[in-house]
Amino acid sequence: MKKLSAFPLVLTLVVAGMAVALIWGPEKQWAAPSPPPASLINGAGATFPYPIYSKWFDEYHKLHPDIQINYQSIGSGGGIRQILAGTVDFGATDGPMSDEQLGQAKIKILHFPTVLGAVVPTYNISGVSAELKFTPEALAGIYLGKITKWNDAELTRANPGANLPGDDIVVVHRSDGSGTTYVWVDYLSKVSEEWKAKVGKGTSVNWPVGLGGKGNEGVAGLVKQTPNSIGYVELIYAIQNKMPYGQARNSSGNFIKAELASVTAAAAAQEMPDDFRVSITNAPGKNAYPIASFTWLLVPSTIQDGAKRKVITDFLHWMLNDGQKFAEPLAYARLPKEVVTKEMKAISEIK
Amino acid sequence: MASTAVVVEGAPRPGRARAFLLRLRSGDEVAHLITLVFASAIFLITVLLVFELYRNSALAREKFGWKFLVTRTWDPVFEDFGALPFIFGTVVTSAVGLLIAVPLGVGAAIFLAEMAPARISDALAFLIELLAAVPSVIYGLLAIFTLVPLLRTVVQPFLKKTLGFLPLFQGPNYGVGLLAAGIILAIMIVPFIVSISREVLMAVPVEQREAALALGATRWESIWKVVVPYARAGILGSIFLAMARALGETMAVTMVIGNDPKITSSLFAPGYSIAAVIANEFTEATSDLYIHALIELGLVLFILTIILNGLARLLILATQRKGTAHP
Repeated sequence: MKKLSAFPLVLTLVVAGMAVALIWGPEKQWAAPSPPPASLINGAGATFPYPIYSKWFDEYHKLHPDIQINYQSIGSGGGIRQILAGTVDFGATDGPMSDEQLGQAKIKILHFPTVLGAVVPTYNISGVSAELKFTPEALAGIYLGKITKWNDAELTRANPGANLPGDDIVVVHRSDGSGTTYVWVDYLSKVSEEWKAKVGKGTSVNWPVGLGGKGNEGVAGLVKQTPNSIGYVELIYAIQNKMPYGQARNSSGNFIKAELASVTAAAAAQEMPDDFRVSITNAPGKNAYPIASFTWLLVPSTIQDGAKRKVITDFLHWMLNDGQKFAEPLAYARLPKEVVTKEMKAISEIK
Repeated sequence: MASTAVVVEGAPRPGRARAFLLRLRSGDEVAHLITLVFASAIFLITVLLVFELYRNSALAREKFGWKFLVTRTWDPVFEDFGALPFIFGTVVTSAVGLLIAVPLGVGAAIFLAEMAPARISDALAFLIELLAAVPSVIYGLLAIFTLVPLLRTVVQPFLKKTLGFLPLFQGPNYGVGLLAAGIILAIMIVPFIVSISREVLMAVPVEQREAALALGATRWESIWKVVVPYARAGILGSIFLAMARALGETMAVTMVIGNDPKITSSLFAPGYSIAAVIANEFTEATSDLYIHALIELGLVLFILTIILNGLARLLILATQRKGTAHP
């Protein structure tokens, strides 16, 4: 009887011991083999620049083995919330923070553009292989649900030889909140008063028409499968997946195909304000591609921890100079020289 | 026993504490405590979940009140939020899913439990349990690459031609939409229904079947009139579990539903479900009201599940009262 009665107590102790081991064990076991990095920096935010950011942090770690930068791609909204709450050392976002959001910050937050991305209209029309040209009126009309047929005069005028069919246009957009959507609707808001008043801009909007696909791959899948459809995806995604994408007419009246050079041209043409919060959709400039955007790192202007401050400012220096060469192989457009110069000055604001 | 005597003599304590100590030593109290903690953890998690959902949706509840449930707009830019299209999409896709999955699942379970040779039944049961473990994103991909093209090119044109006079089967045909989401849900929940129903049917005492056969019933009569009614509660239980999964399914649904918050009479039209919109928009939601509206949608889904589960339980009670072969 005595043996038996001890059993539950022993069991409890074993369970409790296991719980303690679970809590304490892994840290002790895993920390031992390699010395912990002298500096650990945590960041979170936008998913769109994740490939280039992870490349950068990896390369930077190779140069400075004692520095580890962790980045969680939880979305721009999460990046803004976390930097405001002070739970990360830096945030990242595809759309600049609003004045209201900046007002909530206890420590002033600085924006640093890192690379550029573009969004392109992609389509699947039976019997049309030509590269289509889209006027701003055509894109806004299609997404407002006012242009419903592919042979609408607005489309045929810009594409005389394209033999567009009289079928209904199936509109596809992103269903998840995303920086890609932000760039697309920011552009539509600039070129269409009606869009601005009815729909507006944001990472998610109340779409007047269309099907929603989750992620670039969701939109691409719907467009590929649905005859006579149009959607929008990031340039990098369209290039990597060899999807047809159209030209867009810029504010100078030229039809421009999205290429890394034409995206950088758009960034160079737009005047840069001191806080770097700028939209470069529909930018001036003869060769500027109109549907493009910066993506930003969010860094607090005051960093108490001296070691962290040094790492972050050093990383920003490296990213703006050596780091830019990693952008183009990953289909991000690099920053124009003027922007780099301006940012180099801004780094000194971090105290 | 000697040790208990020591306790009694050496340390005079109040009676209750002594009794407690005694039970502690014999293990009952420890087992009781541990299992009680585990059981109350379930209760606590549920309470905490509801409390957090309620607390974190305060802004949206204050701003929109009960109107939230009947508003058809979902506009993150102008911050006007309503849940109705999402409730509609969730209920319709789950209903379509159950409508297809219940006859299919129960029928398959009857065959496997009653008619198939034991070896085949066991092998198939194993396969079905494997199906239940497939991640939903895989079902979503299956739907995108196989189901949606099939619906667009074959099934929906056929439905339009034959049943097109019904508003359910009218309108433009995209492939994705409420019907596609309902069908993929059906495929996902069938394994639950088959697996549990089969177990329940196999647990029906063999005497029940023998008695029915002895009374002159055919094989099918004994199954349909005796065995199935006997197992009714368990079969219904499997259907509820399937329904709960269908209501909360996120990934596969969002991949094929079309993600357009509209209320339409056609099953071909795109729709949107509660779980899908939360998953889609939460990561990029920045304003407080927007986040609170999304969390209130979570609360709505929770309550919707409770209501539908309650209705289902009432259904059980009603059918049991009719007096069947159920013990």
